[in-house]
Amino acid sequence: MARLITRRTLLLGLAASTALAGCDGGRTATAFLAEMERWNERVDRLLFSENRLAPEPPASDLTPEADFPSYFISDSVPIAPDNWMLAVGGMVARPSVFSLDQLMRMPRTGMRVRHHCVEGWSAVAEWHGVAIRELAKTVGASRDAQYVEFRSFDNGYYSTWDIESSLHPQTILAYGMNGKTLDPGHGAPLRLYSPVKLGYKSVKYLTEVNFLANRTGGYWEDQGYDWYGGV
Amino acid sequence: MDPHPVEDRKSARATTPLRFSPPWSETTAAVAAETRRRARRAQPAAIRLAHWINIPLLVIMAGSGLQIFAAYPALGPRGGLYRWYPFQNDAPPSWLRFGGWLAGARHWHFAIAWFLIFNGVIYLIYMIASGEWRRRVFIPSRDTSNALAMFAYYLRLRKSPPPEDFYNGLQRMAYTSAILFGVVVVLSGLAIYKPVQLYWITAAFGGYDVARVVHLSCLVLLASFTAMHLVLVALHPRTIVTMVTGGQRG
Repeated sequence: MARLITRRTLLLGLAASTALAGCDGGRTATAFLAEMERWNERVDRLLFSENRLAPEPPASDLTPEADFPSYFISDSVPIAPDNWMLAVGGMVARPSVFSLDQLMRMPRTGMRVRHHCVEGWSAVAEWHGVAIRELAKTVGASRDAQYVEFRSFDNGYYSTWDIESSLHPQTILAYGMNGKTLDPGHGAPLRLYSPVKLGYKSVKYLTEVNFLANRTGGYWEDQGYDWYGGV
Repeated sequence: MDPHPVEDRKSARATTPLRFSPPWSETTAAVAAETRRRARRAQPAAIRLAHWINIPLLVIMAGSGLQIFAAYPALGPRGGLYRWYPFQNDAPPSWLRFGGWLAGARHWHFAIAWFLIFNGVIYLIYMIASGEWRRRVFIPSRDTSNALAMFAYYLRLRKSPPPEDFYNGLQRMAYTSAILFGVVVVLSGLAIYKPVQLYWITAAFGGYDVARVVHLSCLVLLASFTAMHLVLVALHPRTIVTMVTGGQRG
């Protein structure tokens, strides 16, 4: 088990608290917070269980569709090109491109789960699609892949996940929401969805899935949001 | 509650084959506990340290918490905001917030939280192990009538304050409730931090959005306690000196 509080963390904590008022406080505080984010990621990974499923709330908890926010970073709702395909690559035996029809023919996973946004709101919806673990089998993802990167046609929005969360049975490439085809506001034609991460980790408008040895970043992560983003 | 520390019972068992503690050993245990307490100052170093460390930690936790709350200053799930909450979508004033923006506040909140928990756990262990809880914790059978009398005195319904030993009943009630708020604020915080991995804590609070309400309510209660604490401490400045120096032994 990881050491609980490293000497480095403790010293940085003391340094940060004493230097906060000083002129060097900003840099010390940043180093302290970065160290604590690493510590929190260790705790997150320790808490995470590949077999623990997010509880499924009753249908009466479903959020009215008009009240389920739909975020994107483009100026207007991103619309998929006619020849849309999903490219799956990186550390895989069989790099492939999939049409939506091909993905829909793969085993289907459905769930009704609560969505947790980094902002603090929650909402409930049903999602269906193909589990990443199915996709990983299909393309022969390497056991050495530690991260999975998801890219989109939403103005470069992207994110990277740890392999454990990516292969969680409830982590899916969703093409349907609340029993219907996914609409453009929620990431059509295909989006990443999982109840084990905060909303900003679930990339919409997917174009690429890459199995990687090293983590890249993410649209919000690069701006300072925590990379792991687990719930 | 068990009036005898565990360690005393253990030693009593070790010296006698009897399954119960004989009366003479209970007397010695009580005397020993009393002797140990007399060797300590009114505010032992461990309690003073925990008390003062708490202040910057709680200030940062409250400020960063309000900054996080400002990202979605509403209570209840999307499409089902709670009707009883009168301040839906009113963000807390910026001078109460800390961390600059949502991501910054989250980093502060989840970093400092560990130090707050660490401080709290050490404090609780000390309270139990030293037996200090006996003169500090509100015990309803002992303290209720004293607390009511003290309350009546503050309302000027009573001319003189009730007799007090170390603390009066009202003080014990206030300090014990602050500890309770501290425990609940940590548990409800974990419930909204990891609602999937720690789903059983979230479920115990009645779900994510209820836990969020509990978490914010604890902030309000702790802030109210602090405000009252500051007023009363200002009225009795000697208590500040004692919380710095420790005060007298015995």
